[in-house]
Amino acid sequence: MNSTNIKDPEYFHKVVDCQYACPAHTPVPEYIRLIAAGRYSDAYLINWESNVFPGVLGRTCDRPCEPACRRGRVEEEPVAICRLKRVAADNKTDDVLMHMPKGPFAPNGKKIALIGGGPASLTVARDLAPLGYEIHLYDDQELGGGMMRSQIPAFRLPESVLNEEVDYILRLGIHTHFKTYVNSMKEVLEKDYDAVFVGTGAPKGGDLPKLPGRWDAADHIHIGIQWLSSVAFGHTDKIGRKVIVLGGGNTAMDCCRTARRLGGEEVKVVVRSPFKDMKASPWEIEDAMREDIPILNCMPPKEFVIENGKLKGVLFEKVKAVYDENGRRSLVPTGEPDELIEADDVLVAIGQENSFPWIERDLGIEFGKWDMPVLDKTTFQSTLSKVFFGGDAALGPKNVITAVAHGHQAAISIDLYCREKDLFERPAPTTNLIHMKMGIHEWAYDSAVVPDQRYKVPHAVKEVTLVNRKMEVELGFDQPTGFKEAQRCFNCDVQTVFNTSRCIECDACVDICPTSCITFTANGEEEDLRTRLTAPAINLEQDLYVSDNLPTGRVMVKDEDVCLHCGLCAERCPTAAWDMQQYLYAVTKATKILV
Amino acid sequence: MSYQRPVFRHPSLSKNEVGFTRADYEGAISTLCAGCGHDSISGSIAQACYEMSIEPHRLAKLSGIGCSSKTPTYFLGKSHGFNSVHGRMPSVATGALLANKDLIYLGVSGDGDTASIGMGQFVHAVRRNLNMVYIVMNNGCYGLTKGQDSATADAGSINKSGSANPFQAIDLVGLGLELGATFVARSFSGDKTQLVPLIKAAISHPGFALIDVLSPCVTFNNNPGSTKSYDFVRAHMEATATVDFVPEKKEITVDYDEGTSRRLKLHDGSYIQLQKLADNWDPMDRDSALVALNEARAKNEILTGLLYVQPESRNLHGLLNTVDTPLNELKEEDLCPGAATLDSINQGFR
Repeated sequence: MNSTNIKDPEYFHKVVDCQYACPAHTPVPEYIRLIAAGRYSDAYLINWESNVFPGVLGRTCDRPCEPACRRGRVEEEPVAICRLKRVAADNKTDDVLMHMPKGPFAPNGKKIALIGGGPASLTVARDLAPLGYEIHLYDDQELGGGMMRSQIPAFRLPESVLNEEVDYILRLGIHTHFKTYVNSMKEVLEKDYDAVFVGTGAPKGGDLPKLPGRWDAADHIHIGIQWLSSVAFGHTDKIGRKVIVLGGGNTAMDCCRTARRLGGEEVKVVVRSPFKDMKASPWEIEDAMREDIPILNCMPPKEFVIENGKLKGVLFEKVKAVYDENGRRSLVPTGEPDELIEADDVLVAIGQENSFPWIERDLGIEFGKWDMPVLDKTTFQSTLSKVFFGGDAALGPKNVITAVAHGHQAAISIDLYCREKDLFERPAPTTNLIHMKMGIHEWAYDSAVVPDQRYKVPHAVKEVTLVNRKMEVELGFDQPTGFKEAQRCFNCDVQTVFNTSRCIECDACVDICPTSCITFTANGEEEDLRTRLTAPAINLEQDLYVSDNLPTGRVMVKDEDVCLHCGLCAERCPTAAWDMQQYLYAVTKATKILV
Repeated sequence: MSYQRPVFRHPSLSKNEVGFTRADYEGAISTLCAGCGHDSISGSIAQACYEMSIEPHRLAKLSGIGCSSKTPTYFLGKSHGFNSVHGRMPSVATGALLANKDLIYLGVSGDGDTASIGMGQFVHAVRRNLNMVYIVMNNGCYGLTKGQDSATADAGSINKSGSANPFQAIDLVGLGLELGATFVARSFSGDKTQLVPLIKAAISHPGFALIDVLSPCVTFNNNPGSTKSYDFVRAHMEATATVDFVPEKKEITVDYDEGTSRRLKLHDGSYIQLQKLADNWDPMDRDSALVALNEARAKNEILTGLLYVQPESRNLHGLLNTVDTPLNELKEEDLCPGAATLDSINQGFR
């Protein structure tokens, strides 16, 4: 193998698995250290800079970082990264405001329209406002936040938390046009905007229009996301005693739990597929089941049963999953009799789709497969050069953190476009390597690795939460538990940096490494090298760090897979050929956010 | 502060025949200087025992005093151990051996512990052919007392303070050969591919197995001009042959070239496979080993690898015809068989 180029900013970035997995590349270990140090406001700001909604995400994020967490490879469960983010948000003080950009900003004469008031648009607004852009945000809701407000129930995300973080952005001097449904892109383009950003999400909920009985009991059959939105804005405040939720995603989980709070006593979730194939996050399923909501699986709906003109229930078929040799699943009937489940109301939560009825198709904005806009995946620019897309509206339904990541990139594109620069000359990430040695056994980070199981987030009791839909269920970690959970972090951003010219090949690092990561051996092709190491390098997603040739003709090979970042290789190295250096990687934003 | 070793180990460590992973052969975290050659030797010992599937409780570690003699704390944490008086490890080893021949005895000593204060004991251990492995962690200086030249420091070797050693060195492998050691080898802490098979062969050998391991002292004897520094040893190392240890149960599948390779069958049925043999050297001929050693010395080379082995050696137990049962398992009736037996013995003398 060629020796590893550690000057490539992505090499060490990839070692910080959580940060690499985060669509917005939030510097996770950095903020976890700040939480452990009790510097909650600083931890919050590090988050805010990257992901804009730490309080929201600390409660609702899909947490792509957690399955990536290295701790999960040596211990049962990863660090509770998401809930630690909430610790930062819960314990921050008002001094965070001092470090955020403050208007008024000197205008640069450019006007931008943002269609949709969700996380993508708000991110664009935050990144561009400090540069002097005049920003107009349009949304049909009464308040900003988009799906964070309309689809995430208040018992998971209190309004106060959302309002606070939306306000951090709106106070930058954003011109808001709420309760304004934009029904024509043509009209928007005719106004004097220099660029238009579309962040309208995936607002169309899936339905079962052809299922018998669907339209005979339309009053008692609701589309999940519309119903959640109607609850969020106070238009709906009750539901029947018996409720069926169709679907196995996170929206279904939100629907069933909301129904429990609006009078649903017998709420059941019914899923077509087997339990293990459900799309909902495991923790959301767990929370629903804790509220006495059974989840019935392998039962596709066959018919809405109407009796005397009134909804009686839903008839379900019984199926089982059969997999062919390619692993493709098909659901085949088991032959058992169909089952009727009675219901007063049915909530249909079977996915959501994009919908752009308001964009005229003769404006030069091309639409492709599945009626999605044709975009450049780096710049988020559409085929009409002044129109950009982001969030669910760009690449289909994902999650809040992905929308934020899109927002950052779209903001860079819009800024480059307005300054008539090349959109593909994008700013490089900011990187920094800081030497951490303080003494023979002392490092500027807490290098000791402690075995400790993941802490559970306490919940408020059911008797209280089920009668008040706005009462938050999760209580969050208190400060002492937050500290203990923070200590579980391995500090993967403190990198093991190897200096070939200093190495005397004494093997001290090989002998001390607790997880057998380091090998000195003859070089070879990667496939062959991976089998010749002290412990076989079987996780192909993790890189091998290969040095230049050493005096004995061998190379140092380090398998990054289960390195604990304990620093013992560097502690036992007599010549400081190994050094622990903290690697800070930050995605460059359109504007410098932290001041 | 991180003077502790995390408890996590690689999740896919493989297990040996007795169900242990390499981690089961570790000891406490080393307190020696960072980069000390001794730590590599500790690692090699643990590796050899893991690969040979030795159950840790079947091995006893014995040592004297010095940096080297501290190391048994840092490997095989689940084995027996006796950290004895300076230079007196061979006596303790002799006692232990006579009391229980079922254990594997691994003596660890240093150049001071062996070639100075312990010389009197060392030579008798060789002469009596104790069934043990005797590893000398040889760094040519007294690391524990700030690096004075030891008895194995080569004449002319420059120490850290810049002065050349005026005295002749004691060459432990030469001495071992002279005294009739039945397994003699030399290696280097920085070359595990050579050291690990040598330790395995030494453990399989049924008599006194001496391995002199050059083990640089990074703190006091790793300077230019020293003949026991990492750089010097690497630059001047020559090997009698490459060594491979083939356990008894493993079938030999690789074809070796007859002219340059040789297979030695050990007493327990395992093999030492030697390749790229040096000219005019026969591993079973003591004289040829001495000649090779002298020639290398004349060329300013450090001869490493297996130097001499006598696979069918007769060790102390054979020489004294000791009882097979460990003393602690002998019952009173075995030890005091009664008046009738005494009578019959006495009758035998009439």
